[in-house]
Amino acid sequence: MIYLPHTDEDIFSMLQVLGIDNLDDLFSTLPEDCRFNGDLNLPEALSEWELNDHMSTLSQNMAVSPEYKVFLGAGSYDHFIPASVSYLLSRSEFVTSYTPYQPEMSQGTLQAIYEYQTLAARLLGMEVATASHYDGATALAEALLMAVRITKRKKVAISSLIHPLYRQVVQTYFEPTGYEVVELPYLNTGVTDATGLDEMDDLAAVAIQSPNFFGCIENLRVLGQKTHDKEALFVASFTEALAYGLLKNPGSQGADIVGGEGQSLGIPRSFGGPALGILASGKKHMRSLPGRLVGKTKDLDGKTGFVLTLATREQHIRREKATSNICTNNSLCALAAAMYLASVGGTGIRKLARLNYDKAEYLKKELKKAGFTITFDSPTFNEFVVEFPSGFEATHKHLLEKKIIAGLCLTPYYSELANHYLLCVTETVSKNDMDALVREVKS
Amino acid sequence: MKESLGTSGLLLNEPLLWKKGKKGRCGFSLPRRDVEPASLDQELIGEGPDFPDLSEVDVVRHYTRLAQWNFGVDTGMYPLGSCTMKYSPKTNEKQAGLPGFTGAHPLLPSGLSQGSLKMMFEFEQYLNEITGMHSTTLQPAAGAHGELAGMLIINAFHKKQGYRRSKIIIPDTAHGTNPASVSLCGFRPVPVTSNEQGILSVESIAEIMDPDTAGIMVTNPNTLGLFEENIQNIAEIVHGKGGLVYCDGANMNAVMGMVKMGDIGIDVMQLNLHKTFSTPHGGGGPGSGPVSVAKHLEPFLPVPRVIEENGAYILAEDYPDSIGKISAFHGAFGVVIKAYSYIRRMGPENLKKASQLAVLNANYIKEMLKGTLHLPYDRPCMHECVFSDKHQAAQKIATLDMAKRLMDYGFHPPTVYFPLVVPGAIMVEPTETESKEDIDQFIEAFKAIANEAKENPGLLHHAPKSCKVKRLDEVTAARKPCLAG
Amino acid sequence: MKEISEIHLPDDVRYAEDHEWARLEGNKIRVGLDDYAQDQLGDIVFVELPQVGDTFKQGEEFATVESVKAVCECYLPVSGKIIAVNTALEESPELVNNSPYGDGWFVEVNPGDLSEMENLMTHVACMEKLKGAE
Repeated sequence: MIYLPHTDEDIFSMLQVLGIDNLDDLFSTLPEDCRFNGDLNLPEALSEWELNDHMSTLSQNMAVSPEYKVFLGAGSYDHFIPASVSYLLSRSEFVTSYTPYQPEMSQGTLQAIYEYQTLAARLLGMEVATASHYDGATALAEALLMAVRITKRKKVAISSLIHPLYRQVVQTYFEPTGYEVVELPYLNTGVTDATGLDEMDDLAAVAIQSPNFFGCIENLRVLGQKTHDKEALFVASFTEALAYGLLKNPGSQGADIVGGEGQSLGIPRSFGGPALGILASGKKHMRSLPGRLVGKTKDLDGKTGFVLTLATREQHIRREKATSNICTNNSLCALAAAMYLASVGGTGIRKLARLNYDKAEYLKKELKKAGFTITFDSPTFNEFVVEFPSGFEATHKHLLEKKIIAGLCLTPYYSELANHYLLCVTETVSKNDMDALVREVKS
Repeated sequence: MKESLGTSGLLLNEPLLWKKGKKGRCGFSLPRRDVEPASLDQELIGEGPDFPDLSEVDVVRHYTRLAQWNFGVDTGMYPLGSCTMKYSPKTNEKQAGLPGFTGAHPLLPSGLSQGSLKMMFEFEQYLNEITGMHSTTLQPAAGAHGELAGMLIINAFHKKQGYRRSKIIIPDTAHGTNPASVSLCGFRPVPVTSNEQGILSVESIAEIMDPDTAGIMVTNPNTLGLFEENIQNIAEIVHGKGGLVYCDGANMNAVMGMVKMGDIGIDVMQLNLHKTFSTPHGGGGPGSGPVSVAKHLEPFLPVPRVIEENGAYILAEDYPDSIGKISAFHGAFGVVIKAYSYIRRMGPENLKKASQLAVLNANYIKEMLKGTLHLPYDRPCMHECVFSDKHQAAQKIATLDMAKRLMDYGFHPPTVYFPLVVPGAIMVEPTETESKEDIDQFIEAFKAIANEAKENPGLLHHAPKSCKVKRLDEVTAARKPCLAG
Repeated sequence: MKEISEIHLPDDVRYAEDHEWARLEGNKIRVGLDDYAQDQLGDIVFVELPQVGDTFKQGEEFATVESVKAVCECYLPVSGKIIAVNTALEESPELVNNSPYGDGWFVEVNPGDLSEMENLMTHVACMEKLKGAE
């Protein structure tokens, strides 16, 4: 087996050093009644060539572009990833190294993650970003738990226009804690209705996603103000990080903590994972942040270097009093995001974000022209909700056969929204594709 | 004298990203604009993030130079205890990179994602078989995430029975994520000490197990590299008072094909795909921490579940007792593909062989180094062994100094100062993918270092000298944190 | 790390089991961490102190001290209300290492029961204990 270098000779001479006769004798400390003496019932080993065939078949049984036109966003976005990024990410010094606990041998990872932290903080307008978390949903859950720790209050209010699956994750995380999670309803303009906050007391945090699940841009400044009036922390979330290449960032609008998803930044969709949880806060809350942090320092010769720092917050030191149990960060995904942002650049990201916006507006306009209702009149970024006529379900299904996925049906998530679909357009969608979609849904 | 593995080399300095570039450069090919700009309320537009403008050449040189400062498994031996830094087969990367997988949206209709659903379903079966458990979820995105899921499942189980139990027993050898996961779930960790043989005794558990204890969280084999021989009796005691047994499966690499956790009293466990199943560590992640459970805990698994219906695979949500969701989508799917590929390439016999050879390598190192380094538990170990710096104390050389000096010899240091029960611990896990020659070279290096400790301790105190940087000032980094540029 | 004989234990303070010290100054008590504790912890990077106005019972956790790799809980040697907190430690936690009985003080307490000072060790008893544990 090509990954097992031991020859029979090697095994024999090593067993001799140990004074035993065969590999089985190595397991003398295994009590007899703990042993499994059979064979594992798994498929026989495949050669590398057979594996290629097998996986090729599996992967072709998937609806992806360019064969399919997939107008889906809802937390997972199709963006172009430069060949240079994929290439650099395959460097095995990045891929096969471990957590940089021995910083002298890991300066590559450490500087790269320090750079990621900086770029993420700048994107969001915040002072400090962590070295990353599993995904946007867990980053949001951690942000809310952080707010509870800081304020010592036991209730959080979250918008019902936060991604439904993120809200489910928050509920799962909060279930054993005894803290209360209250949902804020939405207005018919497609943004959060925060009037309920007036009656609420003892709030640790208010969480708003912008652009929200309907794709609409929330008024973070006003919502942040209302939150601070309640002496709670304002938590901003997002699923489409690229939006902040164009729109006012949460930091500038009063966010105290930001927890969202960075998959749009150079990470393929990959059926939902691995993803990139981005978490950021102000310096004043730095010591309450969960997760890894890379800091800049100097070595014995006075040269600049990087280390993991503020580790006393973390599980391996604080154990049960840690700010979280998190051990991994999604390092390689954070690295991908940094490489992507480095490649796109400050000038480039505004153009790219603007292109996303303009393309989505084009589709909106054409659908309106074709007689369909754009449900919410709030401004959107690259996703929006369309109300199709009753019975559209059949059309949607029919379009699947034509290899067009015309958006995500919202009814399973918002039962009051029958025949409403969430459509997404990124820079990967051409005008021709959009014209084809409009033609097909019209007929 | 054989040539040392570690040598000198040309490394280049590379500034921070924002100290490079020029305004107007770009490293991204902007797609053709085929629509007109639409109107946008000025009020909504921000200033744009303060990012540098870099060309593709700038970016490629930057990260190529940074990569050269790093040491990975592909560079050399990386014997971190409890991390299982085994070789990551490159074909796994190829499979995970197939466009049918990378381009897939997680909310595709089942009918259009049969490839991924089939793979997930089969992979769950493989893990059930390897662990001896009944059902598996692939949703946790890391080992610690799996531990949290496990604790939530235990919590849900007791809640369903109508109890609110408040404690979980945790051995003193536990990894830090264990008590942290316990606390996150609202339980109180109750510590228990291992006996002089380094394992848990039945009596110590019997003493503290009570109806207010939700369960016990064991690691088996434990962090000292020893099999918890009393596990079945311990499980009986915990079960006897209505508790559950969680097993941290981080050390599964020692026992594949030789122990089925489901058969020895374990109710719920997590696996670490980036450890036992060869997916690369990525400098700290992404990982994947699937959780496998016994039949009575199946109803509590996170949703959706992948099930087979009429020859096709679908995602099912109708599990009213489920703990809910712990990841937005299906977990670290891109990582799961790599572990799936690994299992398909290894097959059942080689998985067992891998465990046997991992244990062989660890015992060989233990035997060869026990004269040089102090061995607190001189008994057969499993896939890792633990030494300490006791023999070097007289020369005022600590574990840290030996670890730093190992770098100059071309090896990544083992895990140091863990588990906490051994002061100055040095935990060595070679894994099965290290050849005898490489292990012999490692042993030689450690012996040379122990010698240097006696003859020239300065070499250790000032190590490393061959890396990009010398020892770093972690004190100032913590006192005056500089976390962004 | 120092030898036990090198540990400095001044005679104008009393010592708790966990190596906090308490000094009577008029009608208030000043509290800090002793030389043994700071030496064991190594370079201190952060001290988390309570707020002025907080009250604690004798033996209750009132502060934490962090080095790079460890965290240490501190327990108030006498019951009382916190009337002052050493804000200098925020910028300069190294004061605890360099001047544990002087500028590295933690809090000033308005004591609830002065007789509690009698429960604490003298510098002689503290040194005996350290030598005994060797």
